[in-house]
Amino acid sequence: MNPGILSNLWLLPAVPFAAAVVILSLPKSRRKIASGLAIASQVIVLGISIAAFVPTLRTPGFRAVQNFTWFTFGEQTLQLGFVLDPLAAAMLLMISLVGLCIFVFSVGYMADDVNFTRFFAYMSFFSGAMLGVAIANSLLLFFMFWELVGLASYLLIGFWIDRPSAAAAAKKAFITTRIGDMGFFLGMLWLYHGSGTLVFYNDGRGCLEGAGLALLGGSATFIALLIFCGAVGKSGQFPLHVWLPDAMEGPTPVSALIHAATMVAAGVFLVARVYPLFSLGATNGVTSSLTVVVWIGVTTALMAALIAIAQSDIKRILAYSTVSQLGLMMVSLGVGGVAAGIMHLLAHGFFKALLFLGSGSVIHGCHHEQDIRKMGGLRRLMPVTFATYAIGMLALSGVPLFFSGGWSKEEILHATAHWSPSRAPYYLMLAGVVLTALYMTRQMIYVFFGNRRSAAEHAHESPRVMTMPLIVLAIGTVFLSVVLTPAWPWMDDYLTGESAHFSIAELIQPMLFISLVLVGVGIAVGIWLYRKAGEQDRDRAAEVDPLEYAQPAVFRFLANKMWIDELYARTIIAFAWASARLSDWMDRYFWDGLVRGFGAIGQLFGVFTTDMDERCINAGVDETTVGARGLGRLLSGAHSGQIQMYLGVVAVGMLALLLLYAWLA
Amino acid sequence: MVGLITAIILIPLIGALAVWVVPGQIIRYSERREAESRNPVVSPIITRRDVSTSVDMTKLIALLFNIISAGCAIALWRNFDVTATGLQFVERHPWIPAIDAEYLVGVDGLSLLLVLLTSLIIPFAFFARPAPEGSRAFYATMLIMQSALYGTFTAQNFVLWFLFYEMSLIPGFLLIKMWGGENRDRAATKFFLYTFLGSVAMLLSFLGIYLVKGTFDFATLANFGKSGLLSGNLAWLAFAGIFIGLAVKVPLFPFHTWLPDAYQTAPVGVSMVLTGLLSKMGVYGFVRLLLPLFPNEIKAIGPWLLALVVCSIVFAPLAAWAQRDLKRMIAYLSINHLGYCMLGLFALAAAPAAAATIDTQAALSGVFMQIFNHGITAATLFYFVGLLEERRGLRGIDDFGGMMQRTPLLCGWMSVAMFSSLGLPGLNGFVGEFLIFKGSFAMAAAFTAIAVIGLFVTAIVFMRAMQLLFSGPLSGNCSEFPDLLRSEKFVVVPVTLLMFGVGIAPQFIFNIFNTTVVQMARLLS
Amino acid sequence: MYRIMTPTLPLVLIVSAALFSIGLLAALSRRHAIFILIGIEMMLAAANLNFIAFWRFAPPPHPSTGVMIAIFSIAISAAEAAVGLAMVIAVYRHYRTTNVDEYDQLKG
Repeated sequence: MNPGILSNLWLLPAVPFAAAVVILSLPKSRRKIASGLAIASQVIVLGISIAAFVPTLRTPGFRAVQNFTWFTFGEQTLQLGFVLDPLAAAMLLMISLVGLCIFVFSVGYMADDVNFTRFFAYMSFFSGAMLGVAIANSLLLFFMFWELVGLASYLLIGFWIDRPSAAAAAKKAFITTRIGDMGFFLGMLWLYHGSGTLVFYNDGRGCLEGAGLALLGGSATFIALLIFCGAVGKSGQFPLHVWLPDAMEGPTPVSALIHAATMVAAGVFLVARVYPLFSLGATNGVTSSLTVVVWIGVTTALMAALIAIAQSDIKRILAYSTVSQLGLMMVSLGVGGVAAGIMHLLAHGFFKALLFLGSGSVIHGCHHEQDIRKMGGLRRLMPVTFATYAIGMLALSGVPLFFSGGWSKEEILHATAHWSPSRAPYYLMLAGVVLTALYMTRQMIYVFFGNRRSAAEHAHESPRVMTMPLIVLAIGTVFLSVVLTPAWPWMDDYLTGESAHFSIAELIQPMLFISLVLVGVGIAVGIWLYRKAGEQDRDRAAEVDPLEYAQPAVFRFLANKMWIDELYARTIIAFAWASARLSDWMDRYFWDGLVRGFGAIGQLFGVFTTDMDERCINAGVDETTVGARGLGRLLSGAHSGQIQMYLGVVAVGMLALLLLYAWLA
Repeated sequence: MVGLITAIILIPLIGALAVWVVPGQIIRYSERREAESRNPVVSPIITRRDVSTSVDMTKLIALLFNIISAGCAIALWRNFDVTATGLQFVERHPWIPAIDAEYLVGVDGLSLLLVLLTSLIIPFAFFARPAPEGSRAFYATMLIMQSALYGTFTAQNFVLWFLFYEMSLIPGFLLIKMWGGENRDRAATKFFLYTFLGSVAMLLSFLGIYLVKGTFDFATLANFGKSGLLSGNLAWLAFAGIFIGLAVKVPLFPFHTWLPDAYQTAPVGVSMVLTGLLSKMGVYGFVRLLLPLFPNEIKAIGPWLLALVVCSIVFAPLAAWAQRDLKRMIAYLSINHLGYCMLGLFALAAAPAAAATIDTQAALSGVFMQIFNHGITAATLFYFVGLLEERRGLRGIDDFGGMMQRTPLLCGWMSVAMFSSLGLPGLNGFVGEFLIFKGSFAMAAAFTAIAVIGLFVTAIVFMRAMQLLFSGPLSGNCSEFPDLLRSEKFVVVPVTLLMFGVGIAPQFIFNIFNTTVVQMARLLS
Repeated sequence: MYRIMTPTLPLVLIVSAALFSIGLLAALSRRHAIFILIGIEMMLAAANLNFIAFWRFAPPPHPSTGVMIAIFSIAISAAEAAVGLAMVIAVYRHYRTTNVDEYDQLKG
């Protein structure tokens, strides 16, 4: 249909990769060239993404694949491929656009960093890998890019390599996601075994198409759950969410790009991509694998929202909010609202990147202070940041009309409400809406309103290079709301392959009011709770959170992230470390002990035979000799040389013989 | 007329002689002393470097012979018909007819792969640092080892094969014993005795087989294998002997305990050869001998063998995690990586029913790929540890810290090798591991699922190493480190490019052994 | 008396044994080498007497073997006595004594 763009899709990962390699080989001082190259590569991929987007617009339900052979082993071939469909195209557009904004922002944010060039190399590398994830048409290729994104994430979290906390966070991120990836890997093996191919779409012969799915049968549930493990790790779902808040040790643009907008959403994207596996054999849209997805999502969303309320680090709040939102997307996928989930993913990509960049701008302005209790009153000092941040906050809180997040969240709630097995997820999601509005209001009040506290004293607005991306993203956030409204569900239809139609009546739905009220409640409660705290004295930086004042135990529980890290450290990590020590010990003392034992038996035998030799055989011979000599000496005494005596003896002997003879006879 | 393979075997031997004859290292003592007098607090590291950068005829000669034999190996590769089944370049001469011992050498895809790997690793090991003292004997011994390795990988008659197999053992022993570090006597003795006992067991088994079947020829024996080579207890005895001999060599849990000691103690270059090549002799033996000769026995105790393999895969990286010494850590990871090879082989051999062609071929291809990849990657890791040791004088994991700030290139390239070893896609390690797991999952799903833990723990081990070595505040001990030197870059860059090459477009490696894989898969299933 | 004194074999043998015993006693107890020789000669004479006695009392016919052996023996003993005397003289020259107690070169 459009082979031109299809055969050029490989450029999407290749161009940023090439840029990364070139930048890495540059000397540290070529900062301009490095950032220029990175941004240029990002512009190129944005262009390609747009070009890829166009054909998917023309034909509803467009899907084109380009498969190729990676290698031949034995007589078999391993196929990989690229796919272009609305899902991929929308992701591409989001990744490259948000990516471009963040790259530009980084030029300002990272301006003082020594390793400026390396930062852009890593970022380009990430961008390439992430684009690869979006267009992969084979679970194997998907997994490969998926791992590369993980690598980029690892490198960028630990970017400030001299900070031990950053290195620890990077390690934690890599290892935690790898737990999920092992499940993913197994699921992939199983899928390959079951359907005989890992290519998603291949003219009816792919693993997500009729024939391939039919081969799977009952194992599809397990395969789907194993693959979901990967998504749980990457998207920071409970119980593997612990790495994501720690990942905020990385530079803020990294948090914005990787740990908010794109990579963490890849888990959601993965579930959406292999959705046929999850929904195989569904009755009424419910399968056991999808049910697991729902409950994991619900748990994650609520837990993270609760924790977010008690955090004081501006980025950590956003990180937990990301975890919570990802949980929301998972719920959406689980209840069958794939399009809604992806819409929220896209919208979230914009507004969360916006929020993170905004927080970056705040941090930059406050001289790298991240504690919101030390800020305050930044509204006047950083007007652009404030305005864009407010847009992001409203979108995240789910205020409808002009803010994309509101509509997509509405869609998700709508889908959840109609989930047949249980209404509980719906109510819990509503609670989540209130909590989201609450913690975002809290953050806004602490950061932008009230009195200026210590860190805000000398705050300043960020340079244009940083505010421009904020504005672009804010525009994007608002613009997306146009295509997300139920009145003109263009995005929904684009993703599901139907043609959009306009109807204003759809805009007004009873459920909309419920969530509107809830959002309102959340914001109102937030204002009511934190107004005082925000007004607090500049010297006495809000030491006691109103919530902490009211419920110290609960607050401490939440502020310490429900002690999940500690729990893991005491149980799983302790167990793993103990088993490592045990393995080492077993190896040194037991297994090697056995070997040494055998050696010792041999040695013992050697000692024994030596002993035998020394003490018995050798000594025997020696003793015999000595004895013989003694006897000889004794006998030689008789040898007197007196012939007469000899004769006498002979005579006596003779006589004795005679007597003997006589006696015998 | 000497054939190509014979030439490849003989050239290193001639090289060893040449190294012996030609006057060795010309150390410029005067310069060294001068340097010391100028700067009284010269660290031992710098001094050693002065010595080793002086004119080193021995190394040049050794490398020259390496290049010649590598050239022959490449000629072999060029003229190798990748579509033909069976042995190629066969040279057959009667040797001791009374016991059916022939001089029979030839290559198929697997042999060729290993010959190429040998040609690659040995010169690589010659560049390893810290360079051993008294290098003339060292290089000569290494060259003898090289010859033995070539012989092992090409011999097709048991007597000849065993001769080469043992011939590699003695240089190994000497290299550890003479140039090793701490505890070298113990480690060398353990290495020698353990593997030698295994060899004796194997020899006895083969004598038993010979007494019954009257031949030592691999191909002939393999043909008997299908219908049961021996019967009853004799078969089990013979199987056990060969199994133990090879399991010690690979090594397979729980016959592995000589390995950490040997690898830890051996000089870096020798560790590279031990892990890159000697361990492959074991895997090669499994493919060439045990699997074809005893298919029924393996099937009968398949789950037990797989359990041993899984122990190798899981416990080895766990033990690696608890190590302080970097070389010992990599040694344990080697056990783990060879465990993947054995997983593929045993899953294939123990598959209960007729397995799908794609799975057997995937497992075999994966194993062959892993043989090659592990050879390169583990050798590179040892090389890097050697570089660290040379700079610091120690190699404990906590003797370093924050090196990324001081030596970004060294850390960067070393990370590539580490990521390759933990199986990151895009680097060589992933291709083989994926295929092995793909094949073995279909044939032994439960064991494969447990084995995945090994992949995970490997990641933990490397993450810990990277955290402790590269990141954090710059440790005072590391603040004077030179970054990757030019001479080191010449070694590191080609190898790393090869890793990327195999990781991204592995077809050129697969081409070597695809036909062999098809043939063997048919033979074994 | 004559009857009684008629020589019978046992009588002769008793004489011979006595002669031998006296010779033996002489050979063993005397310290002088010449007497020892004489003792030996006496023992030889006893042996010859035995030969003759057995010949005389053997049942007929009587070939002259016994006499022959006796004559041989006497001849040889004469020679032996000559050699013995010569040796005694030789030993005497060496040791300057004929006391055999002093001859202890055979002591080992």
